[in-house]
Amino acid sequence: MLRVADPTEAGKRQQQSNRRLTRQLWWFVVGAFAFGWALVPLYDVLCSVTGYGSKKELLVAAHAAERVDVNRVVTVEFLSTVPTVGTWEFAPEQSEIRVHPGQLYEATFRAKNLIAQPVTAQAVPSIAPNEATQYFRKTDCFCFTPQHFEANQERELKVRFFVDPALPRNMDRVTLGYAMFDVPQNKVAVLN
Amino acid sequence: MSASHTHDTHAAGHDDHGPMKGWRRWLFATNHKDIGSMYLIFSLAMFLTGGAMAMVIRAELLKPGMQFIDPGFFNSMTTVHALLMVFGAVMPAFTGLANWMIPLQVGAPDMALPRMNNFSFWLLPFAFTLLILTLFVPGGAPAGGWTLYPPLVLQTGDAFPMAVFAVHLMGASSIMGAINVIVTIMNMRAPGMTLLKMPLFVWTWLITAYLLIAVMPVLAGAVTMLLTDHYFGTSFFNAAGGGDPVMFQHIFWFFGHPEVYIMILPAFGVVSEIIPTFSRKPLFGYDAMVYATASIAFLSFIVWAHHMFTTGMPLVGEMFFMLSTMLIAIPTGVKVFNWTATMWKGSLSFETPMLFSLSFLFLFTIGGFSGLMLAMAPVDFQYHDTYFVVAHFHYVLVPGAVFSIMAATYYWLPKWTGNMYNEKLGKLHFWLSTIFVNVLFFPQHFLGLAGMPRRIPDYSTQFADWNFVSSIGGFCFGLTQLLFVYNIISCVRGGVKASDKVWDSASPHGLEWTLSSPPPYHSFEVPPEVK
Ligand code: HEM
Ligand SMILES: [Cu+2]
Repeated sequence: MLRVADPTEAGKRQQQSNRRLTRQLWWFVVGAFAFGWALVPLYDVLCSVTGYGSKKELLVAAHAAERVDVNRVVTVEFLSTVPTVGTWEFAPEQSEIRVHPGQLYEATFRAKNLIAQPVTAQAVPSIAPNEATQYFRKTDCFCFTPQHFEANQERELKVRFFVDPALPRNMDRVTLGYAMFDVPQNKVAVLN
Repeated sequence: MSASHTHDTHAAGHDDHGPMKGWRRWLFATNHKDIGSMYLIFSLAMFLTGGAMAMVIRAELLKPGMQFIDPGFFNSMTTVHALLMVFGAVMPAFTGLANWMIPLQVGAPDMALPRMNNFSFWLLPFAFTLLILTLFVPGGAPAGGWTLYPPLVLQTGDAFPMAVFAVHLMGASSIMGAINVIVTIMNMRAPGMTLLKMPLFVWTWLITAYLLIAVMPVLAGAVTMLLTDHYFGTSFFNAAGGGDPVMFQHIFWFFGHPEVYIMILPAFGVVSEIIPTFSRKPLFGYDAMVYATASIAFLSFIVWAHHMFTTGMPLVGEMFFMLSTMLIAIPTGVKVFNWTATMWKGSLSFETPMLFSLSFLFLFTIGGFSGLMLAMAPVDFQYHDTYFVVAHFHYVLVPGAVFSIMAATYYWLPKWTGNMYNEKLGKLHFWLSTIFVNVLFFPQHFLGLAGMPRRIPDYSTQFADWNFVSSIGGFCFGLTQLLFVYNIISCVRGGVKASDKVWDSASPHGLEWTLSSPPPYHSFEVPPEVK
């Protein structure tokens, strides 16, 4: 341990430079920690830039279609999931609709709160295949806002959408799925 | 940290008289050798504990159907086994080796920050006590896998905050250990030891230490977000509140992939010391080895999403991560080539450390090849989350990282203790380990290709035969490790005296061999001159 404890000039200099480097390295660690948290906004930015899984793109129709492509038929399938078993019934009323790109359609889901307490639910949409996401436009959707349910209440939930005529030719089938989550009482969903 | 520095002088003043008496020597240890020994002993204890859990896993999988334990406990076993092995066995073992060997190899009297060294070690027993205690709290230990994916991990019972806090402590410990390594290497080298004269073990550890301080804080951030999602109503990973569980995977693997290199780069360093010694030739392509290590470390930051091919990434993402992952095979190939070329026309001898290094060379390479298969995005859709992945990472981690630790132990144990270990027993340990590690893990490739999912306690009967073989290999491998423990204990207690060079016939290079065996309590009181 001699050089660490060295009372001579050289020893002191050594200790000083150890201290300086250690301090720098701790700053590096702080930076790495901050970077870890910075990944969160970065992730959102990346998603909205690429349009993949972007919440905005999913939720708000960018513009109305100019024309309806009556020569083309695309099948839109509907799916529902409930992550917490036993508290919800949630299912689409129709398993699929065949649509013309550009034309506005409405689909209905039915949800029932199975517990004897009022709850607020938030449906989170996802679209498959991923590449179809940017061509699937919802003009109105129950997923845009949290939905309130009284105890044991059953309700219809509506979504209005059209498929962008620019949907690549090789896609003739798009799946729209929703997962229904309980929103903690004290929190308003930040989806929109 | 300035407080610890003012104390360093003080502590060092006392140390001049040699070790303190009794338990104080260990609790207040600031000597790099004492701390190194504690790390190594701790790591061995965790290796045996984690190993016992692996035996439970293999017992349950011996036959199809549920045999001994319930599925929840099975999942806890796989989760805690992995956390213990990664953070408790492999990483502390390398830190222990770093503590012992780096000052000896760079000609320093001790580690640069002895007080912090003490602290970083003593965090570990707390961290792992906490982790092991989770097995006994209501709701059981974490069971969602070592990758801690939400939302599954958020279903952990009372153990959840304990596990998160344990991860924080492990992280803090490795960060401090890494800072210590960097400061020692950058500031404490003997006069004349330029960076490109440093032994490769020192080089690989320097790079590993930088990886550690870059990614351990990211893991700490990720588990903190889990904690706030669970208790403080945030929605980082909660879809209902606008978060995204897939984002956790990105953050986790941004840590996770460099982490796997944290566990293998020091192993590269170890075999780069041992193979030249027993080939009686200098290492082939020293500079290339250094640059290859650095490029592997750099690339390890841009490949993380190869763990996430099936999450629905865009095609360009799949392509990018596939190609960047395959790129790592190039510097890795350089290394394998250089080790082989080192042996070319060398006059080889096969002492236990050399045997383990050779086994490392072959079996790690098998793991690298299965890694390349997994790196192909389209086929990974089939292999992902099957036993093929389990086989892959066990090949790189067990006959890879763990064998290198065993090789290092046999190589330097006589230096540390002044006694030779029992060579016959060492060879027996080697042969049994090498045979059974293959019996244990090779069949898992077949199981994975046939479609057996990982992390399941029961399986369809078509997988029965290879699981049986794998379990038998597992039990035998586990028992074999008792030979290792016995050999170490008897070597510490006594035995034939080792010379200063230990491997006289090979006349190894490096400053550590210029000291007595065991080295004096304070090594290199006068800095050696390196030419
Ligand atoms: C040639 C270099 C390597 C390549 C190309 C590679 C590639 C991969 C890929 C693509 C996966 C993901 C498989 C999947 O989940 O479907 C994977 C998993 C894994 N690899 Fe590697 N790997 C390499 C080396 C290593 C090394 C050196 C280590 C550790 C020492 C390692 C440890 C792991 C671990 C622990 C996992 C599984 C993580 C988990 O899901 O629990 N790999 N590897
Ligand atoms: Cu990886």
